[in-house]
Amino acid sequence: MQEQPILSVRDLRTYFFLDEGIVRAVDGVSFEVRAGEVVGLVGESGCGKSVTGKSILRIVEPPGRVVGGEILYRPQKVSIQKAQQANGFVDLAKLDPMGREMRSIRGAEIALIPQEPMASFSPVHTIGFQLVEAIRLHQAVDEEEARLIALERLREVGVPSPEQRFHAYSWELSGGLRQRAIIAMALACNPALLIADEPTTAIDVTTQAQVLNLLRSLQRERRMAIIFITHDLGVIAQVASYVVVMYLGCVVERGPVEDIFHSPQHPYTQALLRSIPSLRTPPRSFLPAIEGSIPHPFNRPPGCPFHPRCRSFMPGTCDRQQPTLQPVQGLQWASCFLLHPAPQGR
Amino acid sequence: MGEEPVLVPPGGRAAAEEAAVPLPGVEAKVAEAFYVAPNWKLVWWRFRRHRLALASGAILLLVSVVAAIPGFFATQDPNEAISTELFVPIQAVHLFDGGRLRPYVYGVRGERNPKTLRMEWRIDPSQKIRLRFFGRGYPYSVLGLFQWDRHLLLPEEQSVRVHLLGTDRLGRDQWSRLVYGTQVSLSIGLVAVFLSIFLGILLGGVSGYFGGWVDLVIQRAIEVLQSLPPIPIWMALTAALPRTWSVERVYFAITVILSLIGWTTLAREVRGRFLSLREEDFVVAARLAGCKRRRIIFRHILPTMASHIIAASTLAIPVMIINETFLSFLGLGLRPPAISWGVLLQEAQNLQSIVLAPWLLLPGLAVIITVLCLNVLGDGLRDAADPYH
Amino acid sequence: MPAGTMAQDEKPLLEVRSLKKYFPLRKGFFRRLIGQIRAVDDVSFAIYEGETLGLVGESGCGKTTTARCILRAIDPTAGQILFRTAAGDVVDVATLSEDELRPLRREMQMIFQDPYASLNPRMNLLDIVSEPLIVIEGIKSREERVQRVAQMLEMVGLRPEYMLRYPHAFSGGQRQRIVIARALVLHPRLVVADEPVSALDVSVRAQVLNLMLRLQQELSLTYLFVSHDLSVVKHICNRVAVMYVGKLVELAPTEELFARPLHPYTEALMAAVPIPDPRIRSAMLPLEGEVPNPANPPSGCYFHPRCRYSQPLCREQAPPLQEAQPGHLAACHFAGQLSLRGVSP
Repeated sequence: MQEQPILSVRDLRTYFFLDEGIVRAVDGVSFEVRAGEVVGLVGESGCGKSVTGKSILRIVEPPGRVVGGEILYRPQKVSIQKAQQANGFVDLAKLDPMGREMRSIRGAEIALIPQEPMASFSPVHTIGFQLVEAIRLHQAVDEEEARLIALERLREVGVPSPEQRFHAYSWELSGGLRQRAIIAMALACNPALLIADEPTTAIDVTTQAQVLNLLRSLQRERRMAIIFITHDLGVIAQVASYVVVMYLGCVVERGPVEDIFHSPQHPYTQALLRSIPSLRTPPRSFLPAIEGSIPHPFNRPPGCPFHPRCRSFMPGTCDRQQPTLQPVQGLQWASCFLLHPAPQGR
Repeated sequence: MGEEPVLVPPGGRAAAEEAAVPLPGVEAKVAEAFYVAPNWKLVWWRFRRHRLALASGAILLLVSVVAAIPGFFATQDPNEAISTELFVPIQAVHLFDGGRLRPYVYGVRGERNPKTLRMEWRIDPSQKIRLRFFGRGYPYSVLGLFQWDRHLLLPEEQSVRVHLLGTDRLGRDQWSRLVYGTQVSLSIGLVAVFLSIFLGILLGGVSGYFGGWVDLVIQRAIEVLQSLPPIPIWMALTAALPRTWSVERVYFAITVILSLIGWTTLAREVRGRFLSLREEDFVVAARLAGCKRRRIIFRHILPTMASHIIAASTLAIPVMIINETFLSFLGLGLRPPAISWGVLLQEAQNLQSIVLAPWLLLPGLAVIITVLCLNVLGDGLRDAADPYH
Repeated sequence: MPAGTMAQDEKPLLEVRSLKKYFPLRKGFFRRLIGQIRAVDDVSFAIYEGETLGLVGESGCGKTTTARCILRAIDPTAGQILFRTAAGDVVDVATLSEDELRPLRREMQMIFQDPYASLNPRMNLLDIVSEPLIVIEGIKSREERVQRVAQMLEMVGLRPEYMLRYPHAFSGGQRQRIVIARALVLHPRLVVADEPVSALDVSVRAQVLNLMLRLQQELSLTYLFVSHDLSVVKHICNRVAVMYVGKLVELAPTEELFARPLHPYTEALMAAVPIPDPRIRSAMLPLEGEVPNPANPPSGCYFHPRCRYSQPLCREQAPPLQEAQPGHLAACHFAGQLSLRGVSP
């Protein structure tokens, strides 16, 4: 029942060109997103999960640049003649980030729930004004129609008495309501794909549960695809159906959420899952921690990026060659020489 | 005791070891130099990459040397007026003659215009006046320490006078005057800024650290001072200076007047940083470690602000220089026989002298270059001190 | 038997009685007082020697303010903070002056949340870690400082050779080790840790938790562990106190609290924690509404507008914190009468 993906990221590379050198923030990332699927991008700081999300939307700030790979997206509403391929895909990586085509996709087709709830609304305009503005940018509706759509969106995301909130400023709302308003903003134009970049990191755990529930029900009702970016493995387990585990700009493992959490294949995924204290681990015991720290992205180790911290490190192999992502079982893929012996030679 | 789960650190103590923050492709030795580098070194390394600021620094260094020993650079006494050499034009220095370093200038010849009865000077290319480096000229004192009579450039023949930047309406050598004016203008800027820094840090620090009603009083005082229009205040204060005061006393009074207004901005900045630093975790940590107030201020808060203060004061010097120039230009600051850039520009106040002797505007160029360099340097320092803001 | 329950017979190392911290709310040009934020409102608890007491709650519940009051990083509005010194005297930390507090600094120290903000970037490790030695023990000789700091760095898992490096040379996890070294260099008895692992990456978080557990054993430390993360608290604490809008709502030994919570807020809080297991998804029953503004809390029990078990009584009367079961305190009118769901171990 593998249907066609609506987004297929292939060997994406996004580099940052700094004075000190090149940071390969995203270095050969591939995954697919199907309609109605929640794909979780998970990893620690510096793994490139956020940059991947920004690359798809083509909003990477300079000195960062998408330097390679394909971001094949199947537009659901807008028609893009120029890049329209035979199979209905358009390569976002080839579009001009500021161009008309990319702008027509952003918001209307692919929307973003940003990390910083305070910064995503202008403090000098009301929530309603900004919602109407966003709706009229992509839909040919008049002021009154847009207002009705906006109110409908606010109601959908569970904002109580939306008529009042419509005239509120973002700083008048509490954290939870603001987060809901941002979701309403992202949903304003009925996007087919939603990129949620750490949407719950800044909020409390009870509010987080509300927001996660909301996202889950919205996704179910609309059969929307979501790319959910977070560092929190608990959140990923609760919302994602497919998980992409990243480390230092590379995908180390990806697969259905059950497989990732119950039969992880890559040593990093295994170690990461073991090292988190959960409500279910025995209290006051030593956690099997991953040794060492995440290398600075300037100093990506040669070969497998995880090898200096890996317990199964094989000298001569892991530090010389970089493993590639290969299928393990079913839909689960991993990039590790333990699972796929390195090709001889070299 | 109850049953505690057995605690065995996996991998032992060494396993906890983490590698230090690695650096892009440098040797371990270089990296170690970075790791043990105190903050001022990091600031310097960041500053070094800022080409324009570095160039400005070099120019300012040169200007400072000029300001320190103007006598060495001057070709004659700046106050010596020669009535037969009024409005002599620029005699440009030619460094090379026939491929060799033999500086010379062309001579000038004056002719009285029979209609206007004015002297008109013409460069005479047939007449080469040879110059020499480090010749003996009039005696001057070096920083008030000792007397010297060597000069950078002098005509080979003692009896000949050259005017590298022309002369003014009284026949005084403008190059020599500009050089002496540099000393006065730059030092007024520096001293005024130092006074402002002192007042700013003292009052801003007191205000920021102690807070409460002390803060309230100082802040209101600053607001009152800042709401006074500066120009009339300066005018009033300088006009109040007795005419009988010596040049030195007026000079000192001007710096005090300038810094009286100038310290408020700096004090605000210092106070703001004090307020935010006081709440910083590392300052709280120092307090919880048992540090006394004095140690917290001098070991933790002030060193953290040092680079900002330096950057802020570098940016404040040009303001002071401009203010001094402006006051003197209006005739309210330094008065002849004192020489400053403002006093020199006063000579270029009327249209006649600009038309007849455009070189009298050159001190303005000196002001522009110095102020521009100080601003670029200050910006560079600020960026280096705080790369994230 | 968990260490917490049996320790009850001993005298507490620290006893907080009716601690209050109100922040004035001012408005306008004349800074008129228009109200008060009751950040900490009548909080009482005790910490026993050798245990780890967890203080959990959502942002704004007053847990950090409580921790900072105990160390007098901020001055409490009212209440007693009774600390039993090594000499055996009981002193009220809340009333001491800055000078009188100084000798006590040797016995109580703090670990901060943000390892980037809590180290002075202008000082190297030697100066940072040895500062308490200089100001409290008056150690002047460099050799002695070097020796003590080396010993301390080794203890927290950093190489003594790093002593002359500055904080910018270290990653977040390492910096937190430095913070721990500074806190422990005077061999304190009580360590207040304010969200010590919240700013760290998942893989580094486990290292620091392990380090804290090991050091507690080696140096027989007592921790007050402040955190918003229930998983971490459950992992490291003997007893846990739950705060909501400036008040303590429940306090119990860890396993007891997580298995059988007595306050509906504790239940809701535990249910909201996402479990890293995709098979257990239905468990998330989100709490409605949001944390009330501490400047304007609801009447009666502060939790009643969000509580699914709320009764008319809850709106009218604030429930006191009472011992509902031995060693298990809860501030709920119906503590013990409701069947609340905990987390099965």
